[in-house]
Amino acid sequence: MILNVSHTTTYNYDAPMRGAVQSLRLFPSRFDGQKVLDWRVEVEGGLCGGSFRDGAGDRVEGWSVRGPLTQVVVRVAGQVETADLAGLLRGHREQVPPMAYLCETLPTRAEPVLVDLARSVPVSADLLDLAHRLADAVGAAIVYRPGVTHAHTTAAEALTLGEGVCQDHAHALIACARVLDLPARYVSGYLSATSDGIAHEAAHAWAEIHVAGLGWVGFDAANGCCPDDRYIRLASGQDAREAAPIRGIAQGIGVERLDVAVAVDAAQQ
Amino acid sequence: MATEYFNEMYEAGAVRAPYARLEDWTRAMPAEFRQMKQAEAEALFRRIGITFAVYGEGGDPDRLIPFDMFPRVFTQSEWRRLERGVKQRARALNAFLLDVYGRGEIIRAGRIPARLVYQNEAYERAAAGFIPPRGVYSHIVGVDLVRTGPDDFFVLEDNCRTPSGVSYMLENREIMMRMFPALFRENRIEPVDGYPDLLRRTLASVAPAKCGGEPTVVILTPGHFNSAYYEHSFLADLMGVELVEGADLFVEGGFVWMRTTEGPKRVDVIYRRIDDAFLDPLCFRPESMLGVPGLMDVYRSGGVTICSAPGSGVADDKAIYTYVPEMIRFYLGEEPVLQNVPTWQCGRTDDLKYVVENLCDLVVKEVHGSGGYGMLVGPRSTSEQIEGFRARLLADPGNYIAQPTLALSTTPTFVNEGIAPRHVDLRPYCLVGERVELVPGGLTRVALTEGSLVVNSSQGGGVKDTWVLAE
Repeated sequence: MILNVSHTTTYNYDAPMRGAVQSLRLFPSRFDGQKVLDWRVEVEGGLCGGSFRDGAGDRVEGWSVRGPLTQVVVRVAGQVETADLAGLLRGHREQVPPMAYLCETLPTRAEPVLVDLARSVPVSADLLDLAHRLADAVGAAIVYRPGVTHAHTTAAEALTLGEGVCQDHAHALIACARVLDLPARYVSGYLSATSDGIAHEAAHAWAEIHVAGLGWVGFDAANGCCPDDRYIRLASGQDAREAAPIRGIAQGIGVERLDVAVAVDAAQQ
Repeated sequence: MATEYFNEMYEAGAVRAPYARLEDWTRAMPAEFRQMKQAEAEALFRRIGITFAVYGEGGDPDRLIPFDMFPRVFTQSEWRRLERGVKQRARALNAFLLDVYGRGEIIRAGRIPARLVYQNEAYERAAAGFIPPRGVYSHIVGVDLVRTGPDDFFVLEDNCRTPSGVSYMLENREIMMRMFPALFRENRIEPVDGYPDLLRRTLASVAPAKCGGEPTVVILTPGHFNSAYYEHSFLADLMGVELVEGADLFVEGGFVWMRTTEGPKRVDVIYRRIDDAFLDPLCFRPESMLGVPGLMDVYRSGGVTICSAPGSGVADDKAIYTYVPEMIRFYLGEEPVLQNVPTWQCGRTDDLKYVVENLCDLVVKEVHGSGGYGMLVGPRSTSEQIEGFRARLLADPGNYIAQPTLALSTTPTFVNEGIAPRHVDLRPYCLVGERVELVPGGLTRVALTEGSLVVNSSQGGGVKDTWVLAE
C-alpha cells in the first residue's frame, strides 16, 4: 500500500522564548515492510544540526531555532510504500541487544495489577502465541477511551482505570511482557485512518515484543492486531518518552500550547 | 584476632630502602617543629580553599581534608610494576566499553554474562553503535589499589566515569615542596606537576574529526554546590581551559558553542564532571537543568567529544569488576599484572549463602555505592550492626558484593602521640587518549583512626603526598 503522510506539529508560546532545540525521530524505519518514496522534515526557520542513525536503528536529527520566537512548527510530508509482514520487523538493522529492553521504566513499572494480568495468561512454550495472548489480554483489560488518561499516566494507572488510549495499551503490554521476561519496547508511528473505513488515531503507538527465533514483532493491543501495511513505523524506545518522535525544549518563561494535525491516507490506486 | 599488617617503612625491625632518608628526617624533627609545620600546612590548605563536602552529618558540609605530612614512598621498580598493571587495566576497560557498545564479542564468547552488561543500570542504549574518537570511552581511569605485602597489590575498584581527587595529588606535592624544600633536594622524587598538561593533551587528542586546528577543550561542572567544584576550577586553571556550566553552552548547526564576551566559540572536547543522567534533558532526565539540550545529538553525529563517553559507567560497576582479569586476557591476550580482590556476588545463591554465614569476617558493599557509604566492615562492626545489615542484604542480595577484609598495608603517619602506622590505599590516575599515560604518583588516602580500614574522606580519612623515587 502507498500511504501519504502529512503531519504538522505546532508549539505556540504565550510569551517570546529565547530559542528552541529539538531532537527528531520522524523518519520511517528502514525494514522490509517499508520503502520511503518521498520524505521531508522541516522545522520552520530552524537550523538542522547533526543527523545519525542510533543503536536502535532510528534516524535522529537535531534542530535548533533561534529566538525570540513565539511559535515552533515541525512539518513532515512524505509518501511510504508499505507491505504487510504480519507485525514482523524483518530486515531492520540495530545494535542494541533485545536483553537491554528488559529494564522497567517509571510508566512501565510492574505494579501488582500488571503482574497479575501477565500471570493470568495461560503459559505457553510458543512465545509468539504467548505474546498474542498478552496483547489480547491487555486489549480486553483497557477499553479504548480518549481523554481519560494523559501523557504521564502509568501502565498500572491505566489498567486500574480500565480505560485509555494507544499509549496506555502499549505501556501495559510492555510491562506485562517484561514480567514474563520477554523484551518489549514502545513504538511510535502512523496509522492510516481511512483504508479500512474505521477512524483511528493517525499518530499512533504500539508495542514490540522480542520473540526468540523471530525477532521483534509488533502488537497493537489497542486495535487487537499486529501492524500491517496500514502502519508506518518511526521510532522505538523503552517507553513513550523515549520513543517520542519529537523531543524538544524551548528556553523562556512562556507557557506552551501544542497543536497536532496528522493525515495519513492511502493513495488512490 | 591478631592480623599481621605490612608496614611499608619497617620490615622485620629494619627500615625499608625507600624510607631510609625519611627515617633521618623524622628523627631530627622536634615535636614543636612538627606541630608548627602541621599548622602551616593547614593554613595553606585553608588559603587555597581545598575543601570537600560531607553530607548527612549536619553542620557545615565543607570540611578541610586532613593532610598528613609523612609521605608515602614507592621505589622505581615498585612503581614500574604498578604502572604496567594500571595501564593494562585502563586499556582493557576501554576495549571492553568499545566492545559492549559494538558487537559484544566478549559476551558472545561467553566470558561475561550478557545480563550483567545489558541490564546494568549504567548500560546506555544511547551509546550503542557509536564509536567515539580513537575508540576511547574512559579517558581518565582512577584505579583504587591496596597493598598487603612487599609485592602484593590488589585492585579494589576501577573508576571509569569522572574519578575525583587528582587535585589533592597535585596540592599535596605543592605543599610538601613549599614546607620541606630540603626533603626534595635530598630525595630524587619523580614530578607529578605535568599532570594538567598531560590531561589537556589527552583530551585534545580525542577531538572529533570535524575539528580543524587546535581543539577547544572545556570542563563542564554542575556548579559551585558540587562537592568537587574546587577540583573542577583548579584543573581548568592549571590546564588553561574554560570552566563552564550547562547554561554557558548551546548547540546549533551540529556543533556545541560556548557563550563568550567575543561571541560564540565552538567547543570540540567537553571534559564533563556531571553524570550521564544530567548531560542532556532531551536524551536523559528531562528535568535536568545542569546539562545542554541537544548535546547527545551533536555528540552522536560527531560534532563534539564527551569525556568520559556516556555509558562508561558500565565498566566500573562492582559486579563487572570481577570480570576485569578476564577482559585483560580476552582483549589484550595478557595475564593481569595486578590482582583482583576475591569477590562474592550476593546475587548468586551459593555466594549469598557464604556471605550471610561469614558476615563478621567480610566487607560488604553496594554494587553502585561509593564513598564508603552503605558498606559493612564485618570485623569492625557490632553484632547489632551486622544483624541490621543482614536484613538489608537479604532484602536485595543482587545489590551487594562481598570481599574478604584485606590486611591493608600501613605507613607511618603523624598522630597526636607522635608517629604511628595507619592503613593506606592508592589511586593513580591513568590518562587514555592517543596514548596511555600515567604520571608517577597518585593520591594516597590514609585512615587516620587507629585500626580503621576505611580511607574515604567522608569517613575520617586523610591524604598524603605520594612519592615515586627516581633511580
